[in-house]
Amino acid sequence: MSATSHPATTGATGTTPEDRVPGQAGRPPGTPSRTARRRRRTTPGRIALYAFLTVTALLWLFPVAWAFYNSFRDYAFTAVNGYVSFGGFTLDNYVDAWEQGDFTQYFVNSLIITVPAVLVVLALSSMAAFVLARFSWALNIPFLIFFTAANLLPQQGLLIPLFRWYSWVGIYDSYLAVILTHIAFQMGFCTFVLSNYMKTLPKELSEAAFVDGAGVWRQYWQIVLPLCRPPLAALGTLQVTWVYNDFFWAVAFMSTGDKRPITSALQNLQGQFFTDYNLLSAGSAIVAIPTLVVFFALQRHFVSGLTLGANKG
Amino acid sequence: MAQRLASPSLSGFARRSSGLVVPRRAVLAGAGAAGAMGVLAACGGDEESSGSASGGAAASGSTSLGSNRGDEVPRAAEDEMIAAFEEESGITVETNVVDNESFQESINSYLQGNPQDVFTWFAGFRARFFDDQGFIGDISDVWEDIGSGFTDAFREASSNGDRQIFVPLYNYPWAVFYRKSVFEENGWAIPETLDDFVALCEEIQGAGLTPVALGDQDGWPAMGTFDILNMRINGYDYHIDLMAGNQDWDSGEVRAVFEQWAELLPYHQADPNGRTWQDAAASLVQGESAMYVLGMFVGEQFPEEEREDLDFFTFPEIDPEIGSGALDAPIDGYMMTANPENEEAAKEFLRFLGSAQAGEIFVASSPNSIAAHSDADTSGYNSLQQKAVDLISNADGIAQFLDRDTRPDFASTIVIPTLQNFLNDPSDIDTVLADLQAGKERLFVDQG
Amino acid sequence: MRLLTARDRVVLGLMIGVPALFVLAIVWLPTLGTILLSFTSWNGIGGLDRIEVVGLRNYENIITNYPPFDIAVRNNLLWLGVFFLVATPLGMFMAVLLDRELRGSWFYRSALYLPVVLSLALAGFIWQLQYSRDQGLINAVLGLEGAERIDWYGDPSINIWAVLVAASWRHVGYIMLLYLAGLKAVDPALREAAQVDGASEARTFFSVVFPTMAPINIVVLVITVIESLRAFDLVWVVNRGRNGLEVLGALVLANLTGEASLVGFGSAIATLLIVISVVFIVVYLGTILREERK
Repeated sequence: MSATSHPATTGATGTTPEDRVPGQAGRPPGTPSRTARRRRRTTPGRIALYAFLTVTALLWLFPVAWAFYNSFRDYAFTAVNGYVSFGGFTLDNYVDAWEQGDFTQYFVNSLIITVPAVLVVLALSSMAAFVLARFSWALNIPFLIFFTAANLLPQQGLLIPLFRWYSWVGIYDSYLAVILTHIAFQMGFCTFVLSNYMKTLPKELSEAAFVDGAGVWRQYWQIVLPLCRPPLAALGTLQVTWVYNDFFWAVAFMSTGDKRPITSALQNLQGQFFTDYNLLSAGSAIVAIPTLVVFFALQRHFVSGLTLGANKG
Repeated sequence: MAQRLASPSLSGFARRSSGLVVPRRAVLAGAGAAGAMGVLAACGGDEESSGSASGGAAASGSTSLGSNRGDEVPRAAEDEMIAAFEEESGITVETNVVDNESFQESINSYLQGNPQDVFTWFAGFRARFFDDQGFIGDISDVWEDIGSGFTDAFREASSNGDRQIFVPLYNYPWAVFYRKSVFEENGWAIPETLDDFVALCEEIQGAGLTPVALGDQDGWPAMGTFDILNMRINGYDYHIDLMAGNQDWDSGEVRAVFEQWAELLPYHQADPNGRTWQDAAASLVQGESAMYVLGMFVGEQFPEEEREDLDFFTFPEIDPEIGSGALDAPIDGYMMTANPENEEAAKEFLRFLGSAQAGEIFVASSPNSIAAHSDADTSGYNSLQQKAVDLISNADGIAQFLDRDTRPDFASTIVIPTLQNFLNDPSDIDTVLADLQAGKERLFVDQG
Repeated sequence: MRLLTARDRVVLGLMIGVPALFVLAIVWLPTLGTILLSFTSWNGIGGLDRIEVVGLRNYENIITNYPPFDIAVRNNLLWLGVFFLVATPLGMFMAVLLDRELRGSWFYRSALYLPVVLSLALAGFIWQLQYSRDQGLINAVLGLEGAERIDWYGDPSINIWAVLVAASWRHVGYIMLLYLAGLKAVDPALREAAQVDGASEARTFFSVVFPTMAPINIVVLVITVIESLRAFDLVWVVNRGRNGLEVLGALVLANLTGEASLVGFGSAIATLLIVISVVFIVVYLGTILREERK
């Protein structure tokens, strides 16, 4: 879905915004306003802006950095000297976490759950959003509420009925149960975000397509979806993060330890009584890498390029 | 989004009796324990090796274990026990290992799903609870073979009525822990009575230390203090009765416990609700606190080279009529599910788990507990373990710990919040008692 | 709307029908189950025949005999207030600043987004390192010793604020990400036009960009509400939502999991949360969408 990177709408419609710049990486979008802004770089306002951003970013990073710092320290050292101290540095936590956590196998499990769940959620929700945003019919609002409200429910409150339901169907203790749950629970959120985004796209796009005789599917697939790259990339990033970091549903619906996702490897670093939190931090740092990679890979889609052209004068 | 959370502590973190477990290396079990097992059983000989329950000669094939020992050390110890059993019996054991915390929290669905033949659990009320729900297999015949190796206290904790349902592996005492070097330096003596104890606390305060460490962010550690005070003031039988829901929580007896506790609180670390047990233990390690009422697992917080400095004494006597012979010493072990794939093999496995050898293997890697079996070789024990053996074998009443001796819902949704409120404001005992009693009435009466 | 061919109608039906079916089967049916269970007493074990119908008794108990409930409602409202007034606006503001091609903006974006990707176990530890009374950085930096140390996590009158700081820390990155994507839908020509007219950036944003973002602003608002009502994970890592950190989501979980769970009671709390949420969403979305249509 988000993989539809074919050059947007060209040819499909007569009103394709001529001057839109499909999101090519690297080249800064060449709209005049941006170049203009770039030029006044040294004004006091600019300096204040950078100062503000830097301070904020450092504030945000600091707690993480502090935990990261402690992931390189020996537990016996911090137990005796406290965490607000210096010394006891070691790389052992990383080595131990990797070995004890059996991370390779759990990464694969996480992949098996995360990839299908995220792809299906984005596919289905973009379709539903397309129908809700681009066609008005009597049940529009009720349907939107149907989807959105589903997202508001306290998910953990549905645990018992879902467990019964899956046991009855016979998919308890399977990847399928976990994947289906993620799909259903994330659908409302994605549909809501996408439909609201689609509403901001110019109506003329589809109208022109209709004139051209394009079917509904072609409008969705070739016109609207390519324009939704920013929200799809943003949602993809968030969904990967959430599904990948989930532990609740995996535990609720899979009793077999070997099937559980990477978050359970972290859990295995914690003992019945005692937990070496320095080790756990090291493990968590390793586990966070894939989500960061996804963020870096997708961020250009929602932060640059792909601006809509002037849709009307 | 929802992930399992374990509450973190600065100096680590922990979770006592609650463990849920996340299976890690569930081997074949995943594919559907049942299917895989069936196949293996079929290869291994005939499926239902019928007959002779006791004596354990006829079992063959394979069985399976659902384990909560997800973290490294206990997991390795368990693997070693299994290897020894497999070699000895020719039966193979498929394991499904999950982390301690999630195992416990999802135990209901685990037992209602496709549980393994044998699983890790706790003795006492919590074991009986699942037996009463029909999830547990009767292993009285296993006990005919292994029973001579356990004291009556273990038999009692492993039984529901006159049926045995649990095999004990190890246990550990709750006591007052301290550093020998600190006591020696200051010339402090072990208190025998409450008056001694209070005098000692005064002296410790005078020396600039906090007398008693306390951390209750996770909610359960303070239960240990309640238990021991109740057993010292009202006696073991009353304590067990109270836990079972047969006494009122707003009684004069319980009030006396909280009043005593309120008097002792000034000797404890301030602000316990924002401190995990590991942080509290760190203050003992660092010599800021002098004593700590906790389970023997406090030793895990000590650096290897300082463990010999750790020692304990049992909580002093309060009422001479009652003495100081009772204590909490929770037992961990194994149970069989109600419908195992291969009952004979499962029982054979349980017989092994109930042997001195199994206990020795497990405890060898876990210096903060002691083997449950009476004949287990204790020559390799460190001094702390030796002392624990003495203390437990001479005890005149062994409780399992509050959250193992009473309804788990009462312990977690009523007792924990109320004890935390008490620690915030020890002056308002009326409200504490009223909350406990109201909760007891709602859960023990309404829920039947 | 134009006339649709029969084929188009089928396609449209499937496009909305399949997703709807998922949500119906996995979200709404269990919701119905939860609502029904809220009128019963059950420990979650055994066949459905072991469920005992108790009418409204769970609700009575929640109101009259369950002190954490009131605290939880108050905390959820507090959560909503802080997110609505502080965290969400900050996230939107950061998105607007970072939407421009600033030098090094990838760094600022990543810094703000980092808290969102961390596993909860780590997030819990990260803040424990800051807030711990004895070993935390904050008390150390403030130079507090002994009895004057602040018990950030244990004092029930302040720990909710400590957790709200941590929650906002995550929420800002989340809102920033969505708003960045939303800003892409704004026609750059509008901005250019405004700037040609000499409007300042702030004015351009408030008078030109912001109003055209109405659909995205709704998204952000609704998410703020959702996150506030559903909040539970951070308090759960700290102390399982007790001692001042009660929130509705944590109460639900505390009653539903573990052995001898109180399924009926927990379901009743969940049902109250569902009702509050659905009322909110129906009123809010209904109004917004109806106005939009006119």
